[in-house]
Amino acid sequence: MAFDYPDHLKYTDTHEYTQLEGDVAIVGITAFAIDQLGDIVFLEVPDVGTEVTKGESFGTIESVKAVEDLKSPVTGTVVEANTEMADAPENLANDPYSAGWLIKVKISDPSEIENSLSAEQYRGLVEGS
Amino acid sequence: MKDTLLRTPLYGAAIALNARMVGFSGWEMPVHFAGIGQEHHAVRNDAGMFDISHMGKFSLQGKDVLTQIQQLVPSDLSRLQPGQAQYTVLLNPQGGIVDDLIFYYQGLDGSDQQRWVVIVNAATTQKDKTWMLENLDTSDLTFYDHSLEKALIALQGRKAKEHLQAITSDDLSLLKPFEHLEGTVLGHPAFIARTGYTGEDGFEIMVDPAVGVELWRSLLSTGVVPCGLGARDTLRLEAAMALYGQDINDSISPLEAGLGWLVHLDSKGDFIGRSALERQKQEGVKRRLVGLQMQGRNIARHGYPVLFEGKEVGIVTSGTLAPTVGSAIALAYLPVELAQPGQQVEVSIRGKLYPAIVVKRPFYRAKK
Repeated sequence: MAFDYPDHLKYTDTHEYTQLEGDVAIVGITAFAIDQLGDIVFLEVPDVGTEVTKGESFGTIESVKAVEDLKSPVTGTVVEANTEMADAPENLANDPYSAGWLIKVKISDPSEIENSLSAEQYRGLVEGS
Repeated sequence: MKDTLLRTPLYGAAIALNARMVGFSGWEMPVHFAGIGQEHHAVRNDAGMFDISHMGKFSLQGKDVLTQIQQLVPSDLSRLQPGQAQYTVLLNPQGGIVDDLIFYYQGLDGSDQQRWVVIVNAATTQKDKTWMLENLDTSDLTFYDHSLEKALIALQGRKAKEHLQAITSDDLSLLKPFEHLEGTVLGHPAFIARTGYTGEDGFEIMVDPAVGVELWRSLLSTGVVPCGLGARDTLRLEAAMALYGQDINDSISPLEAGLGWLVHLDSKGDFIGRSALERQKQEGVKRRLVGLQMQGRNIARHGYPVLFEGKEVGIVTSGTLAPTVGSAIALAYLPVELAQPGQQVEVSIRGKLYPAIVVKRPFYRAKK
């Protein structure tokens, strides 16, 4: 099944995406990841002010099938968390790239996302598998 | 990895519907088609179908099969009339459950041989076969393993009967729950049993592989929703039906697992595990399988600890977010003194404690 992977986003091989706006990174998970999980029942996002580290867990997403860690693609401080989505995680699948953002992180090192995957590279990764 | 998995006759039909496939007990099976929630509701409100061809299918034939199989189970199978069936368990000498399964009595054939069908879990097919062959006198009966030769479809749901009645000449209104018959579907021979694993009315239909494909297509064309193992799990869990290997196993007895109703100590003679069950009954069991209702949406999953007053007292064996019940539910073993409806406990979910309350099983009961 083919999904949408917007070109203006950066991607990780653990299925998170990042959108950079100045020194704030908007982080979410891809349509592919959401489809893999199936019916999502629980989403836990960190409080504002939490320090997150690139490659480490910043929250949890749970479907009927499985529980997965959410891995941060960046290091920094959470300045906003999508608590509205955490209250109704079943809506995540409807709009993963805009209403479905998870956290906004004030980043300390923009070069961290230089090695992220482009939309085309990410598509190759998940559709090639 | 994938090439080592077995495929059922309905594999192609699942792929054609874009099913998400997973490895399960050595088989490549659909976990969901449209989505677990949708499939679940289809069964509760109308009808869904499951490919369960991966399950083990045996038949036993002989002059006195009954006397022999009575040794294997705590249920009194002599109560069964031709066309009736009994859900029961195979027991080891310690009273632990080797597997849960259904024995279907088909009656006598033309030469006075008793005919029985046995359907067992996919994961335990080989284990059960070995166990039965070790504990049955095969000089006196014939044991057939049809597991790879037949397709098995579970048609389940409030309207399952109407969907099936349209393609069979057998009068399904004569078939009560747990009854079965050898009839026809779409003009082909079929073993039809009014059994299932969803807490809803329904049928399990065993046919030749090619007929299985035809049956699947026919039911699909009348609006029966294809369902995967994911919905099978949420449905059986709402009905509080045990899953072997998860809720019950070789070291758990039927008395602990809430299956005391299938133990008929008074009406039958000896069987493997009898003395262990008698002792348990006399002394009382120490733990019991209970239903838990979570207060939030967090799912208590297999293996998560249950705590009372800060102390670990039990363990979750299955859990899900139940679509019909509308809350997170679980099965767990608790000490008998805590195994009462209304009892408050906590479940440790990835390091955090969440409140849960012991509730009556099943969580869901179909309206008549």
